[in-house]
Amino acid sequence: MKLELRNITKKFGDFAANEDISLTVNPGEIVALLGENGAGKSTLMNVVYGLLEPTSGEILVNDVVEDFRGPGDAITAGIGMVHQHFMLVPPFTVAENVMLGHEHTKGMFLDLETARSEVRRVSEAYNLHVDPDALVEELPVGVQQRVEIIKALVRDAGVLILDEPTAVLTPQETDELLDIMRGLKAKGTSIVFISHKLREVRAAADRIVVIRRGRVVGEATPEATQAELAGMMVGREVSLTVDKPPANPGAPVLSLKEVSAADLEGRPILRELTFDVRAGEILGVAGVQGNGQTELAQVLTGLFEGEVLGSITLDGTEITGKDPRDILDSGLGYVPEDREHDGLIGSFTVTENLVLDQVSNAPYSSGGVLKNSVIDRTAVELIEEFDVRTQGAKAPVSSLSGGNKQKVVMAREMSRELRVLVAAQPTRGVDVGSIEFLHKRIVAERERGAAVLIISSELDEIYALADRIAVMYRGAIIGMVGPDTSRDDMGLLMAGVTND
Amino acid sequence: MTDTATKPDAQPAKQPNRLRTAMSGTAGITFLSIVMALVIGAIFIALSDPAVQEASSYFFSKPLDTISAAWTAVVEAYKALLTGMLFNPEATSLVNALKPLSETITMATPLILGGLSVALAFRAGLFNIGAEGQIILGAVFASYIGFTFDLPVIVHLLLAVIGAFVGGAIWGGIAGFLKAKTGAHEVITTIMLNWIAIYLVAWLLTKSWFLRPGRQDPISPPVNPNAEYPTIIDQWRVHAGILVAIACAAGVAWLLDKSTLGFQFRAVGANASAARTAGMNVSRMYLLVMLIAGGLAGLAGSAQVLGTEKSLSGGISAGIGFDAITVALLGRANPWGVVAAGLLFGGLRAGGLNMQTSTGTPIDIVLVIQALIVLFIAAPPLVRSVFRLPETGKGGFMETAKGWNG
Repeated sequence: MKLELRNITKKFGDFAANEDISLTVNPGEIVALLGENGAGKSTLMNVVYGLLEPTSGEILVNDVVEDFRGPGDAITAGIGMVHQHFMLVPPFTVAENVMLGHEHTKGMFLDLETARSEVRRVSEAYNLHVDPDALVEELPVGVQQRVEIIKALVRDAGVLILDEPTAVLTPQETDELLDIMRGLKAKGTSIVFISHKLREVRAAADRIVVIRRGRVVGEATPEATQAELAGMMVGREVSLTVDKPPANPGAPVLSLKEVSAADLEGRPILRELTFDVRAGEILGVAGVQGNGQTELAQVLTGLFEGEVLGSITLDGTEITGKDPRDILDSGLGYVPEDREHDGLIGSFTVTENLVLDQVSNAPYSSGGVLKNSVIDRTAVELIEEFDVRTQGAKAPVSSLSGGNKQKVVMAREMSRELRVLVAAQPTRGVDVGSIEFLHKRIVAERERGAAVLIISSELDEIYALADRIAVMYRGAIIGMVGPDTSRDDMGLLMAGVTND
Repeated sequence: MTDTATKPDAQPAKQPNRLRTAMSGTAGITFLSIVMALVIGAIFIALSDPAVQEASSYFFSKPLDTISAAWTAVVEAYKALLTGMLFNPEATSLVNALKPLSETITMATPLILGGLSVALAFRAGLFNIGAEGQIILGAVFASYIGFTFDLPVIVHLLLAVIGAFVGGAIWGGIAGFLKAKTGAHEVITTIMLNWIAIYLVAWLLTKSWFLRPGRQDPISPPVNPNAEYPTIIDQWRVHAGILVAIACAAGVAWLLDKSTLGFQFRAVGANASAARTAGMNVSRMYLLVMLIAGGLAGLAGSAQVLGTEKSLSGGISAGIGFDAITVALLGRANPWGVVAAGLLFGGLRAGGLNMQTSTGTPIDIVLVIQALIVLFIAAPPLVRSVFRLPETGKGGFMETAKGWNG
């Protein structure tokens, strides 16, 4: 099926999320839509899927102009979409999920058998290996994604839009997905593949369309280098590797001995973690999301709600079971994984956010009274030092872009002498330009002698920063490896496969 | 490129919209809400007026009669409302002429203190529905100290006022403690504590240590004159409680803007999980803010028993605690906004009485107007659509309310 966009513009008030975008996807072609977060990729696809009405421009399916009033129209026209966040009902079976919204019926009753046979048919035709009777909540994320693909294919999608499909996958699952995409392509399905990951885009796409600030800024072939693509995305040359001198680790600063944790229902979350992070080294914690990394960070900062066993020491002092205030005050800096939810207060000003965890301490207050002149001066300095792009120090932090928000969090944590920096997903949702800057700051922190623990589900980031890599699988550290470990071996470890 | 070309044209066109944009903001929406409430209130006044009802029976033969009767009724009623709020032009002396203003301030005093209580808790993300109960407890403590002891002039008042704060703080603190320790939702606990307080005072007023000797109806002995809030002029009821209210507004403003405690209150209110991640003790903040909020409501109780009523009775709080929620809402949980809103509502209460006595318009109209103001404030898009104002994304206030998820 052929999909064509002609001069699509989508405005929200004065702000143009998409401006004059023209794009053609030919039958059986995989077109990658490459761009940073906020570049307008998702807006464009929501327009195509009928979720948003374009301000101007036309959508043509097989050379016929369409006017989508909602996703229903788009689906009827043969457009399928797999959202970044799956739209599945976890306690339902695969077949039930697939027929949701266009149920087959026999009289008053649901006709589950037809749905099951449809799932089986599509699953076999495209090699998807999905059992129609499995409960969705019991399936791995990669398979859940395939259920979403089946949902689209059952409804005869000729064009499949995949919105950041690899964000939640292991490297192996990603490879499988890329294989599935090639299989779909071979059978004539067109695919729009939205991503900001350069490697995958090059591996899968026939053509790469780069979007920046709502406009198409160029087109490239998969032969383009990663640096070229990154440059197009950001609009200037960027360095994808982090310049860092070899590590010169000192004494252990953060030490974990047989640390286990269980949540409030008593389910084990962390299993006997034992490792050290030394002064002047970066330990990267790799793993597929949901294998205990989030909870590890919470345990280290005293935020975990549940039972914690074992011993955690910072410079030899026991910090297990202490409250977050004491742990922060003993020299630990924390960059939480979800900055909107845990790292920042959106309605507070940039200034207030820059001192959020230090207001009770000198020099920002004394005797319970805020020293606003000191706070303001510090904020202005930090905004300058970390190049935070904001309308002003008193602008609400919610008005900043993702990258600048993260700079605020980093600036706050690095504004004091840290012994340990724990940074979870330090560059998630951050533009390439800011990633470069944030990575440099993290390395600078290491050079200053802090022990740095980076938790990231982006392997590229782990490779770029880590001096040693701990791979987590189901709450345990399944391997402690060097940064020279191959991606394949790393992928196997992340999937829980060990050599022995 | 095209932006710069179109700008000179766009600029003058925007000029007349400046007022509309301003009106679309928080203050503008508040003002328009009051205007709309008064307009709809006018319809109710006209409908409830006997002259209008009579004229409407022959509406189709002489429609102008109905319209002019309605106009008269509305103008008379609002004139009475306004003179009852501010100034009586027919009075013979200045003292009498300004008596309505004295009444407005008298009525406003407990509303401001109660409103500050609700507003402060709200800034910390808690919905304090319990000002009513906290007012009652404050009144119980203040009146007991007031009529039981016999102390020197300033000391007695001071002790009674402190007692009021403590009484309210205990009641608010219970809800704060339950929230902090067990996660019990403050809306539920404060509502229940209201009922407990209402029946507690009813029970206390059957006991010999609270009941006025020789009386059967629920009323306490009068408080000792030394424990009363001083007044300026004998004919006026306005008393020094208003100074306490203004001082408390300044105090709350200072607390929120200049203290680490207030910073933490606001942080917890705006994003509790970020506050916790930043090392703040969220549970302790809940407890502390409810103690202070309860204390402020308790002071509202002191204004009633040590100033206006001068004794404790069963109906001492008279719904002030519930109007306080409205006042906090109208004042956008801002201390000085609460003072302004408290004065407006105090004026509506005082003026409503005058309206009822002089024009026969039922005082319930005032309640309708109050309710409408809140209704419109809670729905800025409604006000914007009525006046065709641009969307600003501001003016929404309820969106900060946590409701049931808090």
